[in-house]
Amino acid sequence: MGERTEEASLLEALRAGDEQAFARLVDELSGPMRRLARTFVPSSAVAEDVVQETWLAVLEGLERFEGRSSLKTWIFRILTNRAITRGQRERRSIPFSSLLDAEAGQAEPAVDPSRFRPPGSRWAGGWLEPPRSWDPIPEDRLLSKETLAVISSAIDQLPPGQRSVITLRDIEGFGSQEACNVLEVSETNQRVLLHRARSRVRRALERYFDDADESARPERG
Amino acid sequence: MTKDESSAMDCHQLVEAITDYLEGALPAEERASLDEHLTVCPDCRTYLEQMRQTIRLAGRLTEESIPAAGRDELLAVFRTWRARRS
Repeated sequence: MGERTEEASLLEALRAGDEQAFARLVDELSGPMRRLARTFVPSSAVAEDVVQETWLAVLEGLERFEGRSSLKTWIFRILTNRAITRGQRERRSIPFSSLLDAEAGQAEPAVDPSRFRPPGSRWAGGWLEPPRSWDPIPEDRLLSKETLAVISSAIDQLPPGQRSVITLRDIEGFGSQEACNVLEVSETNQRVLLHRARSRVRRALERYFDDADESARPERG
Repeated sequence: MTKDESSAMDCHQLVEAITDYLEGALPAEERASLDEHLTVCPDCRTYLEQMRQTIRLAGRLTEESIPAAGRDELLAVFRTWRARRS
């Protein structure tokens, strides 16, 4: 309810030509927009272009915007359309929607199956090599630049569908419905892609923390 | 394998169901089975905790702010847009 009124007054301010309101919106959304655009186009420079183009399109469409979705969803939808079109032009890839479906259709284990007891054995499916708790890791280490760089690089290496879903959901804090609307993907496929993406990022963190753990251990001799 | 064993969730199944669980998309019966598994399996509780941390830490990635040149350009465009309409 409060969100709706806030949105209505923002829209009113924009339509009335309030430059401050526009500047605030640009500051708030441009970073997330650039990050999402980057999942579809081959370089940051092109992503930057797409963001600028999107803002121009937003200004052009503002009068016609009917508020059937939230303003933010509408802006990100414009961005996604432009970024996908641009990405296809730049690398002549297959259409994004079929790419997403294909990606969601491929099986990919969340955890290496060899870490579980094989079928038919006693306690089949139980952990052979369980994860080590991150509880002893101090908060400042968890939030360190180095740890965040591990996450960032893991996300950069994800296939486009997984990357765009985790970017919207976990970095930008979109709800699942909003993410589905922006990417035009089904709830189920959105969840499959999110699952793969989060699982891969967790694996990257686990590898990073475990390696650091190993090297910190005093050598036995 | 008895019927009882086959309906219980094992660790391997749990790691694949974890996102549906966190998203509240798991059917009631599977959810109950997963919850039950968590009460007896510390390793899977660790796994769940790692997933939660992964989500939380991804949320801490910060954006580089928009380059000043691009911002100024946009604000200029906005002023033109406003002038054209009035």
